[in-house]
Amino acid sequence: MECMPRAELERMQYMQLKKLVNNLYSFNGFYHDRMRDAGVHPDDINCLGDIVKLPFMYKQDLRDHYPTGLFTVPGNEVVRYHVSSGTSGKPTLVGYTRGDIDYWTETLARSFTSIGIGIDDIMQVSYGYGLFTGGLGAHYGAEKVGATVVPVGTGSTERQIELMQDLDVTVLACTPSYFVHMIEVAKRMGIDIRNDTVLRKAVLGAEPWSEGMRKHIEDSTGVRAYDIYGTSEMAGPMFTECETRDGIHIPADMMYAEIIDTETGEPCADGERGELVVTMLRKEAMPLIRFRVKDICSITHEPCACGRTSPRISRIFGRADDMLIIRGINVFPSQIEYTLMHIPQVGDQYRILLDRVDSLDHAVIQVEIRPEAFSDRIEDMTRLRSHIESELKKYLNIAVTVELKAPGELPRFEGKAKRVIDRRVL
Amino acid sequence: MMADDEILTQLSIFVNNEPGRLAAVAGILKECGVNMKACNLAESNEFGILRAIVDDPDDAYERIKSKGLIVRKTDIVGISIDNVPGSLFEAADVLGKAGINIDYGYAYASKDREGLFIRVDDPMKAAEVLKSAGIDIIRRSEI
Repeated sequence: MECMPRAELERMQYMQLKKLVNNLYSFNGFYHDRMRDAGVHPDDINCLGDIVKLPFMYKQDLRDHYPTGLFTVPGNEVVRYHVSSGTSGKPTLVGYTRGDIDYWTETLARSFTSIGIGIDDIMQVSYGYGLFTGGLGAHYGAEKVGATVVPVGTGSTERQIELMQDLDVTVLACTPSYFVHMIEVAKRMGIDIRNDTVLRKAVLGAEPWSEGMRKHIEDSTGVRAYDIYGTSEMAGPMFTECETRDGIHIPADMMYAEIIDTETGEPCADGERGELVVTMLRKEAMPLIRFRVKDICSITHEPCACGRTSPRISRIFGRADDMLIIRGINVFPSQIEYTLMHIPQVGDQYRILLDRVDSLDHAVIQVEIRPEAFSDRIEDMTRLRSHIESELKKYLNIAVTVELKAPGELPRFEGKAKRVIDRRVL
Repeated sequence: MMADDEILTQLSIFVNNEPGRLAAVAGILKECGVNMKACNLAESNEFGILRAIVDDPDDAYERIKSKGLIVRKTDIVGISIDNVPGSLFEAADVLGKAGINIDYGYAYASKDREGLFIRVDDPMKAAEVLKSAGIDIIRRSEI
């Protein structure tokens, strides 16, 4: 499968697509109406290239049908939910059948195998467990290849480093910025990752990073770092680079990836940057056809030096919308705005400042308060600030610092407001 | 004397905690012709609160507000403190025994008297308690 010639892979993908489209058109109202509105019938899909006739799906579709409106299986076939934060305070829910968990785990197992992770490895999973897909995803994938999992999740960095030493951890899975933070904390503890641990690989993702950051990580630890990609709509983190590290492999039987021009929707040539559009070929509970992920990258269909023939996408360069990734969590400015505007003491101006402090993302939300909300007592004001912080925490799932400002203090804009100041350097 | 003469009006002004902000606020007070008799500056990380006892607070309030500052009137009580050891203890002890919590306070001094302005939840009750314990309070007409 992994080394199948491209023509055969595409024939297989066409068969998967045809079956998927037939099923959805016949048995699902949402997809039926979408295809009918776009003037396309399953009979029009006669080769893989015909996929471009199918209409796009958007994150908004997932929100509009929250929670389970896009599920195509009976509720009792769903074995797990994950939830990602969404705009307007509305999250997006992803459901998984047993089969969905299996294809997710299988994809990760192939990915981990491609970078030499196996039965002798001990993987520390420092992605968040819970509603976020990172922790459980990496966990299942690592178990599938027979590795020993240390399911630490996020936080308690010093304890994480102690465990890494005590349990002879060989592979770390976390966000790149958290690893950089760990390296610094380890140094303060007098621990040199290169010489005082047996860590040799790191699987890093859930936020954009750069070759410069990879070099920094590798130079300071001797650990080989690999990029991992996936979003909750696809299942979770799924795809990694192989040992060659020349693009992220997308197993053809799992997902069909297109790169399109964000403006025109037309396909981009191999190597050209554009917006990633995905069709999940084995997804059951909540299928995705031509879903616009809004991540910007490029694709190549050339076989990789490792021998695998699956298409490869590049590093993610950025977003085609205004989504922010703060400590691995997706945050839309509109979501912050929605939360703030439901707090009566908050005025209508705010600003989001993003910095990297000790390699960790730090978000400061400056808000103008209404004159009526002002009190002469510091205690009342700090209570108001804590209240705003806890509301934001509740809806965004990340801790942010709130700064109270007087009306008129924040800059006003003519035309498009620039409310996000991102000063992070990757 | 009417009771409301015993309750003083403090103006509380929101000040962002950034270099030059207090100067900007003070500049506006000057423009408004506001004369401060006593003041206090409280601060947290990113904002401060300027609390001031001024001449003709109602008029000053309107003028400051019209300049776009966040300003608020707060009722406070002025306690006359004799210039001898134990005076503050005496006043604080009386309030404490009456179950009155002082949110904050700051000192006041003029040519002929010293005192403490205090912010409490129930200023009327505080004034009554102090008076019945024989402690002088500073009246609006005396500032």
